[in-house]
Amino acid sequence: MENKVQLTINGQIVEVQPGKSILEAAEKLRIHIPTLCYHKDLCVKGNCRVCVVESKHNKRLVAACATPAEQGMAIVTNSLKVRNARRHIIQLLLAEHNADCTKCYKNGQCELQRIAADLKILNQDFSELNQWKKYTVDYYSPSIIKNDSKCIRCQRCVRTCAELQGVNALTVAHKGEKMKISTFLAKPMSEVVCTNCGQCVNHCPTGALVERNYIEEVWAALADPTKHVIVQTAPAVRVGLGEEFGLEPGTRVTGKMVTALRQLGFDTVLDTDFTADLTILEEGTELLGRLKSSVAGDNADVKLPVISSCSPGWIKYIEHLFPNRLSHLSSCKSPQQMFGALAKTYYAASRKIDPKSIVSVSIMPCTAKKYEAGRPEMCSSGYRDVDYVLTTRELAIMIKQAGLDFGVLSESAYDKLMGQSTGAAAIFGATGGVMEAALRTVYEVVTGREVPFEALNITPVRGMEGIREAAIEVKNPLPEWQFLDGVTLRCAVAHGLVNARKLMELPAERFNQYHFIEIMACPGGCLGGGGQPIPTSPEIRNRRMEAIYAEDMGMPLRKSHDNPEVQLLYANYLGSPNSKKAHELLHTHYTLRERF
Amino acid sequence: MEQQLLKRIDLIFNDENDWQEILDQTLAHDNTYIINALVSSELKGRGGAGFPTGLKWKLTSEAPGIEKYMICNADEGEPGTFKDREILSRVSFKVLVAMAVCARVIGAKEGIIYLRGEYKYLVPQLNKTIAEFGAYCGRTGLDFNVRIFLGSGAYICGEETALFESLEGHRGEPRNKPPFPTDYGFRGMPTVVNNVETLVHAYTIFKYGAARFKELGVASSRGTKLFSVSGDTPIAGIYELELGMSLSQFVEEFGDGDTKAVQVGGASGFLVPRKKFDETTIGFQGRLTGVSLPTGGSMMLFNSSRSMYNVLNNYLDFFREESCGQCTPCRVGCQILHKGIEEVKRGERNAKYLQTLLLLTETMQLTAKCGLGQSVANSFSSIVENFWEEMIY
Ligand SMILES: Cc1cc2nc3c(=O)[nH]c(=O)nc-3n(C[C@H](O)[C@H](O)[C@H](O)COP(=O)(O)O)c2cc1C
Ligand code: SF4
Ligand code: SF4
Ligand code: SF4
Ligand code: SF4
Ligand code: FES
Repeated sequence: MENKVQLTINGQIVEVQPGKSILEAAEKLRIHIPTLCYHKDLCVKGNCRVCVVESKHNKRLVAACATPAEQGMAIVTNSLKVRNARRHIIQLLLAEHNADCTKCYKNGQCELQRIAADLKILNQDFSELNQWKKYTVDYYSPSIIKNDSKCIRCQRCVRTCAELQGVNALTVAHKGEKMKISTFLAKPMSEVVCTNCGQCVNHCPTGALVERNYIEEVWAALADPTKHVIVQTAPAVRVGLGEEFGLEPGTRVTGKMVTALRQLGFDTVLDTDFTADLTILEEGTELLGRLKSSVAGDNADVKLPVISSCSPGWIKYIEHLFPNRLSHLSSCKSPQQMFGALAKTYYAASRKIDPKSIVSVSIMPCTAKKYEAGRPEMCSSGYRDVDYVLTTRELAIMIKQAGLDFGVLSESAYDKLMGQSTGAAAIFGATGGVMEAALRTVYEVVTGREVPFEALNITPVRGMEGIREAAIEVKNPLPEWQFLDGVTLRCAVAHGLVNARKLMELPAERFNQYHFIEIMACPGGCLGGGGQPIPTSPEIRNRRMEAIYAEDMGMPLRKSHDNPEVQLLYANYLGSPNSKKAHELLHTHYTLRERF
Repeated sequence: MEQQLLKRIDLIFNDENDWQEILDQTLAHDNTYIINALVSSELKGRGGAGFPTGLKWKLTSEAPGIEKYMICNADEGEPGTFKDREILSRVSFKVLVAMAVCARVIGAKEGIIYLRGEYKYLVPQLNKTIAEFGAYCGRTGLDFNVRIFLGSGAYICGEETALFESLEGHRGEPRNKPPFPTDYGFRGMPTVVNNVETLVHAYTIFKYGAARFKELGVASSRGTKLFSVSGDTPIAGIYELELGMSLSQFVEEFGDGDTKAVQVGGASGFLVPRKKFDETTIGFQGRLTGVSLPTGGSMMLFNSSRSMYNVLNNYLDFFREESCGQCTPCRVGCQILHKGIEEVKRGERNAKYLQTLLLLTETMQLTAKCGLGQSVANSFSSIVENFWEEMIY
């Protein structure tokens, strides 16, 4: 063990590894120090100064988040001096702030409001500043609303966009009193490189960055007797939603969620997991087709690797920044959009419902899906395939508005036709899940045998490492796939766009070694999506991930091609994977975009 | 009675064109010798913080790092100071010699002069000097190159860690300290940042020895200092004076007979009213009473025709714009202070609010992330407390 440093905090002795901050040391003692600019996912900035504490031998206060614990330090976190300073800092933030809490989307969930409440700031010592009145709210993005008048300049969003996503859509502009969070040339969020991933929303402590919500629109549809409102729920929602109701991170609430949706008034409750399985069949078939063309040498123009396309944040990112790699993208739509296209065709026809009267809602862990649903090409059914996308958080708001006591709801099952799924679909919610699901199916199609991993768990592609690789050698394939005999399928998985960038920037000879790449825009995959409950942290995401794999293990079917409803869909409607009809409804194309 | 003039010193600008000799002669000594000379000279940085220069070089020389850097801080952003510009236009060889010696001591191969954007016109001349200097280094086998980096006009970029950010192509925002530049500076490597004037004093020490240098000044404030004297004075200009004089001596000589107060150290320094001239010494904080060495050596005199309210108003206006804006106490605090004194002056808030604002400056001093926000309290409290009436009526 390394030499630890020993210090005291409020008189209690604590030992930590060298390099740990005072804040981390205090956490170990379960002493709470308020913070605003600090976030476990991000580098330490130390700019809000809310976390200041007293350190003997230092005439100034020190920022607990940014000051390393040192041998012999004597820290006091709650002296009069500290309390006065902390109060002042919150008063200053409020003096600068459009503190109209009752009309704020973050009311009740805001970190600034929370600290102000804890400190009982009942009066304001200082005059209000009115700079915020000059700011206009940016409503242009279909996913994110940016309201600078609620911003405390903690730069969590800037660091998120740079460090986790490598997008740099948000930057700090100006200095002094005019300093604010801005975009390239102060353009609207909809006109810059922003991928709509929503990670900045997930990391913003206040109401300055929030999802664009469609709660009232959905209530209106539910209240409209002429509408048939159908809802789909993404794989990661069921392992996150419980947190909004005080359940431990990683609690699986699938059955309760389905019950809640019925009680909210949705006419049919279906599952995006169903189209996740479908995606595997479409994408797997596409992959095998491309493998055949390139490995068997039928067509030298066909590009490998194939890159997954289910993450709309990732799609917009590659469209902006790596247009040279666009031809590698799978043409498959995301499961959400596959579902949407089928909802107003297959589902409508099977249930004999006029597609015009169908309102298709999806519950997503993601804000980029809001943007995706609005892409002009997403109208394969002849209508808007998905009408409204709600995040996990918005669903929680609706459940609370409806007065449901979520914790005591009974569990129920999805409706039929597009409600059945396998464990392979469940793991779509975690980084590496699409890869694992695809391998479970592709390997079996090629060899007639199950993937050679204990209990089908392809552990090399699991975990939270930013980039992971796996290689599987094909042995004794079926006659049709003889050309793959002895071929080692090379796969790579990346999550968080900053890691995606690393893969995209690989030199051609390294990049082209891979056969299949899975990329998810958000850290941890969809379970860490920009629409998931706040807060997020590596630990919380780990718990959600465990829940996802538990969900998989608990399923009677664990391979997408075993999904009976998917088999039925092909038999009765689509024909076969990658058929003409499948292409019309389930595949898409991409667009070149500017680099800023 | 005959007035006793403060002794004018002429060490800084006195150029005997002997830089090659001094460079050779200094480099003939080993690093320990050079560090010891600087340490025993008690030279303290002239850039504001007054950190002992010998210790800074020593720490950096001992810090592990595959690269190290020597940076000359010529950002000179304090309004009304222009002594670094003067040094660079007249005796830039001295600066380069000290940079080269420092580089050898700490193990740096690259030197950077971070030059204030407004001094762009100095670049051609400086580059010529650097080329000549480089050629000489080449001949003597010293592996050291100097380049100029032109700042973009933000005052905060003179703060050493904001300066690194700026050099690295980022926005000029101060970093957290620790880690200190001696361990983690430019590009994360151990770095010495020295003010232009500090480097010239180092040259003086190389040339005349630490003992001679120490003869000037007083305990804890050794040597001389360049002062930019301005305001209500008949003899505005740049003066090299010994440290340790009392403010009354200074005013006697530079005042116009009606001096009401002196701002020592520019916007981030202190205002000293007449009644405290006797007890205030110009030098680093030490055993002596009084305080403060100026950031840029700025001494601004005010006579009885000046409104101290306007003086403070100008300073606060400067700070609310020049704060980098990242940290709460400074970004918001400066605006509140500025707005506050205007409100009191207009009668919109009663005089008690000034007390509230004084408490706020205490918080700023205690909690701001860098020297800028921490030092707003200096001018604010020294002006408000000493000229309370002027703030109100
Ligand atoms: C707001 C601010 C502005 C500063 N501006 C300058 C400057 O223009 N020139 C300078 O030499 N030091 C400036 N400093 C001080 C530097 O951070 C640093 O302490 C100094 O350059 C170290 O050199 P020295 O040890 O030779 O004094 C500034 C500090 C602060 C907080
Ligand atoms: S951001 Fe927070 S403090 Fe500001 S108005 Fe909204 S809830 Fe209130
Ligand atoms: S949504 Fe994602 S890409 Fe857009 S600004 Fe936020 S973090 Fe950056
Ligand atoms: S938008 Fe949110 S995260 Fe970004 S600086 Fe403002 S308050 Fe912080
Ligand atoms: S004190 Fe002022 S200048 Fe310094 S970091 Fe804070 S905001 Fe920036
Ligand atoms: S949380 Fe430590 S300075 Fe913001």
